[in-house]
Amino acid sequence: MSTQVPDQTDDESSASEAETAPAAQQRRMEKKRQRAAEAEETRQTEEAEAALAETETYHLKVFRYDPEIEGKKEPRFDDFHVPYHKGMTVLDALMYARDTYDSSLTFRHSCRQAICGSDAMFVNGRQRLCCKTQLSDLEEPVRIEPLPHQEVVKDLVVDMEHFYDQMEAVEPYFQTNDLPEGELEEQRQSRENREKVKMSTRCIWCGACMSSCNIAAGDNQYLGPAAINKAYRFTMDEREGEDMKQHRLEILEQEHGVWRCQTQFSCTNVCPKDIPLTEHIQELKREAVKSNLKFW
Amino acid sequence: MSQSYNRGLIEDFGRWREFSAGMWAWVFHKFTGWVLVGYLFTHIAVLSTALQSPEAYTTTIQSLESLLVVRILEVGLLSVAVFHILNGVRLLFIDLGVGLESQDKSFYASLVLTGAIAIASVPTFLAGVFG
Ligand code: HEM
Ligand code: SF4
Ligand code: FES
Repeated sequence: MSTQVPDQTDDESSASEAETAPAAQQRRMEKKRQRAAEAEETRQTEEAEAALAETETYHLKVFRYDPEIEGKKEPRFDDFHVPYHKGMTVLDALMYARDTYDSSLTFRHSCRQAICGSDAMFVNGRQRLCCKTQLSDLEEPVRIEPLPHQEVVKDLVVDMEHFYDQMEAVEPYFQTNDLPEGELEEQRQSRENREKVKMSTRCIWCGACMSSCNIAAGDNQYLGPAAINKAYRFTMDEREGEDMKQHRLEILEQEHGVWRCQTQFSCTNVCPKDIPLTEHIQELKREAVKSNLKFW
Repeated sequence: MSQSYNRGLIEDFGRWREFSAGMWAWVFHKFTGWVLVGYLFTHIAVLSTALQSPEAYTTTIQSLESLLVVRILEVGLLSVAVFHILNGVRLLFIDLGVGLESQDKSFYASLVLTGAIAIASVPTFLAGVFG
């Protein structure tokens, strides 16, 4: 601004009559421009405010907790009013709240397209993937909490260690001693077999299913739906061979394996990848029975 | 992570309003199963009065059946048994991998059928108690 305003005293003392006219003119123009800029600025802020008042906002109630800061140790809920735009997801709203209102709001996210599995949360009483949940599908206020049955580290971040341990416990990788003849020969899977395991391969390790399962909540050693589904993916893979199938069933039919499932369907209801978890668990139960009972 | 906040188990049943069909089916099945076990003991207690004398048994049964509460409890017992059997059959189908996609509908069907049978039984169970 200062560079635009000419030095008045300097102008008046040194300028001649002939020179004063354009200088005064210039000054008036300068003032006018300045006023116009100011008016434009107020108009813009007013418009923005009006727009904000006009646009729909969504009311979020977000769980907050931080054990490392005195005064945040007591869990509480914070309210955020986030301006809505068409197609806005719960994750978008959380990011807006964090970027605009409170940069200390902590939650995991990465891909924003239901691939990485990092933003499963408890939204309006249900485990949901925030980036896959439209705000318009939810009733207000939208209550966002960390996944139940996992320890809360901070705000919406839970400790996933136990979930990962259970996933590891079922040996979630392809293994076989049924190797093809030639060294460079491919291990081909039939189309039918691929079709059978197709849904089970879609898991993104979000932990929603485990969190929704009240058996897993009561029995910490229970493998849980995701791990059993992972085991299904390999148990049903014909390329692994009979020996490996037996080995996998031995893991699954342990005390805290498939038999803990009480067919409540909670996991199947919440899985963001629509994996028929209960169906897979039930099928493995039958496989376990079949491999142990031989009447023929 | 110096310490973490565990919200505990108790919240689970505090969330009963959010339970889905499958969860309710489970809760009701456990409940009705244990009510049936409880009834089994009552049933044995009443029947064993016949060990004293046929008359003792007759008077016990007569005095029990003259009470309105007992008649109402009988309707309740029937409902509990019917639900347990219907949902039990539903669970057997689920174990066989049949109709898993309509597990919620089969639960509602069990409920409706139980209700209908319980209502239909009311005249039989309450007959004579007001006389
Ligand atoms: C035709 C009659 C019946 C059928 C079809 C039936 C079916 C079932 C089934 C399938 C289950 C397993 C539920 C699960 O998978 O979690 C079950 C559980 C149970 N039933 Fe029955 N049942 C019948 C009669 C009875 C009777 C007469 C009693 C009582 C004396 C009873 C007491 C129980 C109990 C206590 C449980 C729960 C066990 C547990 O905690 O897992 N049932 N029933
Ligand atoms: S099975 Fe579904 S709910 Fe469970 S971890 Fe995998 S994607 Fe998430
Ligand atoms: S952010 Fe990756 S799954 Fe939602």
